[in-house]
Amino acid sequence: MIPFKMELTPEEKAILEGKQGETLQKVMASVVLYGEVFGAKRLVPLDGPVHLVTSFGIPLLKPVFEMMEELITSGLKTEKPFTVDPRPLDYNNVRCNPLEKLVFGIMYGKQKEYEEQLHQVGLKDANAFSCTCYLPEVGNLPAKGDILAWAESSAVVYANSVLGARSNRNSGIIELFCGLIGKAPEFGLLTDEGRKAKWLVEVKTSRVPNAQVLGSAIGMKVVEDVPYITGLDQFLGGEITTATRDYLKDMGAASASNGAVGLYHVENLTPEAVEQGRDLLTENYQTYVIDDAEIERVIRSYPVMWRKAEAKPRLCFIGCPHLSLQQLESWSDAIVGALSKRGRTKVAIPTILCAAPDVIEAFAKDRARYEQLQATGARLTSICALMYMNNPLCAKKPVITNSNKLRTYTTAKFMLDDEILEQIVNG
Amino acid sequence: MNKVFKGRVVLPGNTTGEAVVSRQGLNILASYQKSALKKAKRVICADQNNPDLYKKDLTGKIICLPQTIGSTTGGMVLETVIQMGLGPKAMLFAEHVDSLAAAGLILSDVWLKNRVITIDQLGPEFLDAVQDGQTIEIKEDGTVLICS
Repeated sequence: MIPFKMELTPEEKAILEGKQGETLQKVMASVVLYGEVFGAKRLVPLDGPVHLVTSFGIPLLKPVFEMMEELITSGLKTEKPFTVDPRPLDYNNVRCNPLEKLVFGIMYGKQKEYEEQLHQVGLKDANAFSCTCYLPEVGNLPAKGDILAWAESSAVVYANSVLGARSNRNSGIIELFCGLIGKAPEFGLLTDEGRKAKWLVEVKTSRVPNAQVLGSAIGMKVVEDVPYITGLDQFLGGEITTATRDYLKDMGAASASNGAVGLYHVENLTPEAVEQGRDLLTENYQTYVIDDAEIERVIRSYPVMWRKAEAKPRLCFIGCPHLSLQQLESWSDAIVGALSKRGRTKVAIPTILCAAPDVIEAFAKDRARYEQLQATGARLTSICALMYMNNPLCAKKPVITNSNKLRTYTTAKFMLDDEILEQIVNG
Repeated sequence: MNKVFKGRVVLPGNTTGEAVVSRQGLNILASYQKSALKKAKRVICADQNNPDLYKKDLTGKIICLPQTIGSTTGGMVLETVIQMGLGPKAMLFAEHVDSLAAAGLILSDVWLKNRVITIDQLGPEFLDAVQDGQTIEIKEDGTVLICS
């Protein structure tokens, strides 16, 4: 075992010496070593449940299944029930042909066994599969200042920025280990210093920019640094409402995937910016101005990855990250309304709306609205669109999306919301 | 003449081996997944977006790189290929090791007792100096020699 330099409590030292068993010793050693690599001086207690990124049972990851088995045999479980990213498959709502199913069967061949393992180490419940664990319907909702150990990049940036909680962008498995010991190494975004902004981003557009494009522009420019964003409060107001929350959710996810942003501050709006204002900026910060021309330039820079650039879309994904209840209602009303206006009843291309299982259940309580949407042929699912697109056969299809995260990681083509709606209605 | 660099020791050890160099971020998933899925005897880099490494044999080499990039499964894939005996002999990072690679290398070290010697913060000059095929000697204090 490598000698550790971190200041550890007597209890933590005892675990490291193996006094609570070899498995917990390895869990602790992994977390401590990981923390030391990033300069952590100590471990700090977690205030909320962890959120895991690894939700898929890929047989390739043999050591992960073996390690999970060892955790279970040793009786280890997270202190608090955790949530996890979305499941990869839902054949009822996201239809696949037999060949695609065959490939999915190989790709995610250990899904059932892996989900069982997750339950045994502390998964919240069968509905806990969503990248938007922080939505009230899902319930893994941290408070300001809470110390967390999350891994899903879009959830980390939301928790840090909109809720004012504190989590690093942890690697898969490390976040689970933190949940098992109830502690995280203190470094980076867990510290006041790590939450300072190295960039001043001035939004000077003539109207509210598309959240997904703004986030993408910011992510590509600042990469992994913290930006302090001004000018956005003139469009969003000075209060975090449901609409603001959803805007920031999508902006953050784009900044985290088009770059590696783990935290942003929005002047007069996000909790730490309201409290500390421009004191959050570091001394030698850089400035990035985003105006209408810059937004246009960023949209034009997105490459089209389809085999035939002019192909007709064959599938549309909305909801990466998963839609909130209010976004789901809004998209449902927009699709139903636009079809009705054109005298049509069915969507022109297969349209998939993705949201957390708990959010879909809440949406379905409004039976009239739910049935209206179902009647259009649009489908609701809780899968991760990205995992669907990881199937090489699915990746060949011309898929459209309003998600900049999905565009970045797959062959899906990005379109603005109005363009997406037009495609859904007219094809 | 040998060129000498000194980095920070992440996972210490002494070894000598052949360099393979990526001057851009190494995408672990894209590089290793194909060979791992085929349970191949050698890892041939399958990342078409990495002109430095594409189609090169990475098995048992000393990988010199700035950082790793890509999917958060990267660390787990790295641990998997190490378990399969297809991992690198050592990893030499010009920058601070990233969280994905760190997790994979640490999980392998702690859970599989299979160490991949790791040194980071060797600086951009290191990547400017090192070439594919050169012999590299690593010492446990973080000294890296590029042998000419």
